[in-house]
Amino acid sequence: MAYPPAAHSSPPRQPSVKVILAAADVTRVVDRIAHQILEKTQGAADTVLLGIPTRGVPLARRLAARISTFEDVTVPVGVLDITLYRDDLRRHATRAVGPTELPPGGIDGRRVILVDDVLFSGRTVRAALDALSDVGRPASVQLAVLVDRGHRQLPIRADYVGKNIPTALAESVKVTLAETDGADEVRLHGGAA
Amino acid sequence: MIRHLLSGADLDAATATEILDTAAEMATVAGREVKKLPALRGRTVVNLFYEDSTRTRISFEAAAKRLSADVINFSAKGSSVAKGESLKDTALTLQAMGADAVVVRHPASGAPHRLANWVDGSVVNAGDGTHEHPTQALLDAYTMRSRLGRLDGLHVAIVGDVLHSRVARSNVLLLSTLGAKVTLVGPPTLIPVDISPALAPGTDVSYDLDAVLPGVDVVMMLRVQRERMNDSYFPSAREYARRYGLDGPRMRRLPGHAIVMHPGPMNRGMEITPEVADSPRSTIVEQVANGVSVRMAVLYLLLGGNNR
Amino acid sequence: MTAYLIRNVSVVGGAPTDLLIRDGVVAETGAGLAAPDATVLDATGLVALPGLVDLHTHLREPGREDAETVESGSRAAALGGYTAVCAMANTSPVADTAGVVEQVWRLGREAGLVDVQPIGAVTVGLAGERLAELGAMADSAARVRIFSDDGHCVADPKLMRRALEYVKAFDGVIAQHAEEPRLTEGAQMHEGEVSTRLGLTGWPAVAEEAIIARDVLLAEHVGSRLHICHVSTAGSVEVLRHAKARGVKVTAEVTPHHLLLTDEKAASYDPVYKVNPPLRTAADVAALRAALAEGVIDIVATDHAPHAVEDKECEWAYARPGMLGLETALSIALDVLGPQWDLIAERMSRAPARIAGLDGHGLDPAPGVPANLTLVDPAARRVVEPAELASRSRNTPYARMTLPGRIVATFLRGEPTVLDGKAVK
Repeated sequence: MAYPPAAHSSPPRQPSVKVILAAADVTRVVDRIAHQILEKTQGAADTVLLGIPTRGVPLARRLAARISTFEDVTVPVGVLDITLYRDDLRRHATRAVGPTELPPGGIDGRRVILVDDVLFSGRTVRAALDALSDVGRPASVQLAVLVDRGHRQLPIRADYVGKNIPTALAESVKVTLAETDGADEVRLHGGAA
Repeated sequence: MIRHLLSGADLDAATATEILDTAAEMATVAGREVKKLPALRGRTVVNLFYEDSTRTRISFEAAAKRLSADVINFSAKGSSVAKGESLKDTALTLQAMGADAVVVRHPASGAPHRLANWVDGSVVNAGDGTHEHPTQALLDAYTMRSRLGRLDGLHVAIVGDVLHSRVARSNVLLLSTLGAKVTLVGPPTLIPVDISPALAPGTDVSYDLDAVLPGVDVVMMLRVQRERMNDSYFPSAREYARRYGLDGPRMRRLPGHAIVMHPGPMNRGMEITPEVADSPRSTIVEQVANGVSVRMAVLYLLLGGNNR
Repeated sequence: MTAYLIRNVSVVGGAPTDLLIRDGVVAETGAGLAAPDATVLDATGLVALPGLVDLHTHLREPGREDAETVESGSRAAALGGYTAVCAMANTSPVADTAGVVEQVWRLGREAGLVDVQPIGAVTVGLAGERLAELGAMADSAARVRIFSDDGHCVADPKLMRRALEYVKAFDGVIAQHAEEPRLTEGAQMHEGEVSTRLGLTGWPAVAEEAIIARDVLLAEHVGSRLHICHVSTAGSVEVLRHAKARGVKVTAEVTPHHLLLTDEKAASYDPVYKVNPPLRTAADVAALRAALAEGVIDIVATDHAPHAVEDKECEWAYARPGMLGLETALSIALDVLGPQWDLIAERMSRAPARIAGLDGHGLDPAPGVPANLTLVDPAARRVVEPAELASRSRNTPYARMTLPGRIVATFLRGEPTVLDGKAVK
């Protein structure tokens, strides 16, 4: 007996991909965050930007560069590796540890702005706060993200948000940057089409 | 990722390099106010020591504690082990206690290999008989890399009682994997048969320390026990020191950049003179500090994820 | 007594024929025999060999009955195709008096599965200091003819000379465990590339070869018979070849494990591979195989050495040396030599029976000969399962290996000890 014609079976689902921010949008968004930081921190005095690897690091560097263009101030930039502070270490094969690099002046008594690409559950930021308290004692800590996609699992919010993107849990947000991936773009990869 | 660290041969170049790189990050913790990381919170590391080795045990203990693991020290002295409990029964006990890793020091070569058959957790060889001591080799490699900037292409002389040295075996294996050339130096009685094909083709053997010194970047002196002369490995401690000990004049035959290493504990006046041990070329104190960082890296890489 | 008619069997590789066993002897041979009262065994495809004779077995009784008894070892032997085994003297107490050898001999008779021929110790307590009462053991009910301190070398050259001379009075032979003790202090495995890598103290080949060289010269000097236990090195083969060419009355054995396994096995640190003399290199294995085929080595002997679990499930250095052999020896000989049945019969039955002076053993099945024989299925393949062995111990190095050949039946003086591959009692 022959199987029923193919018309009865559903067509293969195309995973939907939607570009949320193109390269020029990313540049504009970074500029806006830089302006907001200057505004909210009275000219970025006593401020340190710490990027969370991987893509938080180039973002922090861009923000510092834009701030120095806009206001002629130099904001120290560092790297805060959070691998050893993650709460999901045991769910994966061992993750490689990256470098933590604090700027020469350190972070004690300063305003630290953590920089990351996507804010989602908040767990990464929780790990970053723990890591931060082990390497110094900042006067205050703020958070800057390129994209906030919602679905927080912890009481954490960002001080600077490039773009809010409402998403379904099944969807994923992919950020690419020229420094790490060759080009700037933010895409939404879909669940159901 | 590897499950156990039993031998220098367990590590390929990529894994060994990952351990050294991770150790470099771990080393920064030593300079912080809070010398602790949460990565191994809730993990249990057992130090199972059938031989006294305070320095190795506290190094592993410090490493595990800095990673927030719980540490249980299980010493053969004054325990059920001294009452004749077998290694297997001890292993089953540790298994029942939920040991995630067992760091084992044992006078019998291969005991950690046996243990690895009987426990679910990771086994780290902290020195077995006259076989291997892989974390010592890792910390030695780390020390060379931080002092000299590289390992590939280095020429390392390992001098002394190679026959009975677990440090030498692990170093030959690891250094060869990482691209260094090793020359083993000692009296023929203390160089094991077929060492080059056994461990790493390309390993040289020399009986003439003075001839080797001008061409090396690193000279690693091994501990030589005076008692070996009672077994006719050499005629007297004095003759040994004269032919194979590192003293000031010999040290000055080394190239300007070359470093002097010793795994400790030293026999000052036997294989090394105080002038050499305390010279700026000596890395002996650094080796101890690096030991903690390297062991943190090893414990993290074995236990830091879901590697089952 | 039941008569057995074995049909269509190849006697030592010859054309199929029938064998009638009656009253403890081979009564008749020839095609198409008739014997209405006899139990008929269809042996099509099977090979009949004279019952195997092991010159080197450790039965552990008295003293270590947890590892093996005369009875359990006898059963293992029968299942391996043996009809006679020579029981080594290193029991507790040591078989160094007429009393102990008679005890072992009697236990063998009671078990009734193989002929157990005790070997007597050369020196009191195997201590290598003074001769045991060799004559008393020779004159005992056990009629001891082979003397050995196996496990220990008779290292003192003067003592060895005296022992060789003394046993001439009753046509005895000294079976030497060739190991210069000063060269093997603390030794754990063959000295070579692998021991260097594993950090285990080496047992150099020269420690065996030096003693064999000394002892063949001593045997030549005093005109005595000498047997060398478990020859393990290519160098030993050369020394033996030289001695035999000079007419020295020396015989030599090799174990199945030295014909098959190499020192690389130690890399697991599993003491099931720890044995004395140790497993050697592939070159040694090749030389031993050639020497066995050629006759420089006279026989295969198992050195069956049962050990309790706790003596093997431990660190390598703390484990006792030795491995099981009786139930796998023929399979390994078949693997190593191929179906050269006459050669197998010579090396595993006729020659060892001659060396041991065992009347009624080592004789090819023929009319009038005592019916000590075994039937082998050369086409069978079997996987060695330690739990299925008849030995009380489990220390076989062949666990889960697939080996050729299977013992189907064994007869001791006309009585089956094994039928259908299973022990009769």
